[in-house]
Amino acid sequence: MFYREAGDFKTSYRDDGQTFPIRLDRWGYYALLAVAFLVVPFVIDSYWANAVLVPFLIYAIAAIGLNILTGYAGQVSLGTGGFMAVGAYAVYKLMTAFPGVPIFIHILLAGGVTAIVGMLFGLPSLRIKGFYLAVATLAAQFFLVWLFNKVPWFYNYSASGQINAPERTFFGWAITGPATSASAKYLTCLVFAVGLAWVARNLTRGTIGRKWMAIRDMDIAAEIIGVNPLTAKLSAFAVSSFFVGVSGALLFSVYLGAAEASEAFGINKSFLVLFMIIIGGLGSIFGSFAGAAFLVLLPVFLKNVLVARLGWPTDLAAHIELMIVGGLIIFFLIVEPHGLARLWALTKEKLRLWPFPH
Amino acid sequence: MRLRLASVALGAIMAAAPAMADLVVPNLSYRTGPYGASGTQYADGFNDYFTLLNERDGGIGGEMVQTPECETAYNTEKGVECYEATKGSGALVYNPLSTGITYQLIPKVSADKIPLYTPGYGRTSAKNGKVFEWVFNAPANYWDGASVVVKYLLDQNGGDLNGKKIALVYHNSAYGKEPIRTLQELSKKHGFTLSELPIDPPGQEQKSQWLQIRRDKPDYVVMWGWGVMNQTAIQEAANIRFPMENFIGIWWAGSEIDVLPVGEAANGYKSLTFNGVGMDYPLYDDMKKFVIEPGKASQGGQFVGSALYSRGMYAAVVIAEAIRKAQELAGTSAISAEQLRDGFEALDITPERLTEIGLPDFGPELKMSCENHGGSGMARLQQWDAAAKKWSLITEFTEPDQDILNPLIAEDSEAYAKEAGITPRC
Repeated sequence: MFYREAGDFKTSYRDDGQTFPIRLDRWGYYALLAVAFLVVPFVIDSYWANAVLVPFLIYAIAAIGLNILTGYAGQVSLGTGGFMAVGAYAVYKLMTAFPGVPIFIHILLAGGVTAIVGMLFGLPSLRIKGFYLAVATLAAQFFLVWLFNKVPWFYNYSASGQINAPERTFFGWAITGPATSASAKYLTCLVFAVGLAWVARNLTRGTIGRKWMAIRDMDIAAEIIGVNPLTAKLSAFAVSSFFVGVSGALLFSVYLGAAEASEAFGINKSFLVLFMIIIGGLGSIFGSFAGAAFLVLLPVFLKNVLVARLGWPTDLAAHIELMIVGGLIIFFLIVEPHGLARLWALTKEKLRLWPFPH
Repeated sequence: MRLRLASVALGAIMAAAPAMADLVVPNLSYRTGPYGASGTQYADGFNDYFTLLNERDGGIGGEMVQTPECETAYNTEKGVECYEATKGSGALVYNPLSTGITYQLIPKVSADKIPLYTPGYGRTSAKNGKVFEWVFNAPANYWDGASVVVKYLLDQNGGDLNGKKIALVYHNSAYGKEPIRTLQELSKKHGFTLSELPIDPPGQEQKSQWLQIRRDKPDYVVMWGWGVMNQTAIQEAANIRFPMENFIGIWWAGSEIDVLPVGEAANGYKSLTFNGVGMDYPLYDDMKKFVIEPGKASQGGQFVGSALYSRGMYAAVVIAEAIRKAQELAGTSAISAEQLRDGFEALDITPERLTEIGLPDFGPELKMSCENHGGSGMARLQQWDAAAKKWSLITEFTEPDQDILNPLIAEDSEAYAKEAGITPRC
């Protein structure tokens, strides 16, 4: 009914290998992009931008980044918060040192800096894996946050150790700073999220992605068939850190405007992003978006229902909200341990056969 | 069905703001998380004073006051969400009780033209009204606090701190780092040595810092702590038998919940304060009559009269006075956020006015102007009496060392003005 494949014939390998092989899916994707780029920017207000969509897009980028490393390449990482901090501090240093350069370039450069740092901390992955690697990346998390707290150069010697994003523009449009309009913030994050998701999708289905997945599934077998573990693992760390760095840079400069290493990029952030990919689905780009939506939008939604609609006391609502989100996480993982992406794929399978199942 | 669900969902996300009405003073509070125990008392005091004004006087100048609450959990991202959710409702002023959220909001309120009132916390150099047009941090800021502590120690030592050792135990965040620069300047001026001991938030883990204090044997320990960190520190100090009367906390490390868990051993612990505590003020007669007894107190009034409750109430008093002043200046009772800013700048709470409100000698004299958004910076010390389970004030309001502070404030605010491209006014 909903997913009709009748008449949707593919006559080349190219057609068969596309990201959205079903015509309806493809149209849905184009429609979504059209709405996101052409409708939403004109109707968005600052509440929707700052409280709902901008954090969702930024966390989706971070989740894609971690998904490349953990979901596709099988390297467990607990250092996401630390790498986001690298992105944030890199963009801060760059935007204060070179105020004339467009901010988009700084954000990409910040991603590059994070990629280098990520590769450095990825080096142990050549010798250790699994839980041991998780502990090594945990060390990166604590070390990086400590570093940004300890060395005044990173926060330009300010009295309190906070970093503040000054106003920076792109072709005359304010992208960071207080004067930024809601639609500029949203569009900046949307461009990065869509662009990086496209890059990630194409990387993961090409040679590099296949190498990552080979390493993930069985590293010794991968090595025997000719995958170089050094380049595969380090490229996964580099690409993943690049994504995470960009999300950290956006989180600080576009979304928050001010940040403090231990508060904004603490261990909680690493866990949050890890939960996003576990719930969304390991090894899936759609899953990264679904997981980010689940963990960013659901609490805001619940808060608005419980406090604004039902008029509950804020503390009670906050506790209930934690319980509901926690309960839903457990529920989803029991019902579908492969995450929301797998749940969605199953729904699609069923809908393709509906109403005449086998 | 699906469409209806979706529209309900959309509606629920949209319905963040309360209906436009009255004077709206959002209460960005936190009653959960590692700092919830402290935040909840402050929020109660803040709410209850406005409830009293509504119940007794019918609001301020005939306009009822609303205090819609939003839970931040002391988390900056939730703080941003709360700010965005409430600002559309005609919010007049924000008081988020978090230095991190304050840093977040300073550029936003300046763009949205809404005052930000951060009594005793936030960005210290916001005292300079020439640069920070929308931020007010009277009656005192962290640098004032640091200076008042050193002045008190000078008094205790006959005006000479040469060769003394002072250890600063601080919350390793923007909040805790604020006093360092001032204390360094003061140590140069008065010849004491300063050792800095950071404690990572939230602050339960501080064994090694106290081990170091035990080894270094400083003459005094000064603490910039908040929430669970305070109780742990006081317990650790008791464990190493550090003399409590030489242990002085900032005003955020001076509430009942910080000392009660330690019991007898906390006797003699001192902290700064810029407001009175206890219920021996005439205002509380009205408070009992109009708020507590009719059951209208926030959370049933379980914390009435505690140090943090009183501080939240004091913040509400100042905001209410600023609203009154703004109404007087604007000639209308339904003021806007911009008019409230003028009210803050013209604010002058004299001791006589405090007595009129029913809070004689509750806070320092408070006078602001276009240049000075921080008042006089006066603070006083209180000491914990473990047997009576109450704080008692042990000094008069003391003025900080402005010779040291003013150049520091000028330097820091000018750096901000340059970074943010602000042309100083006044």
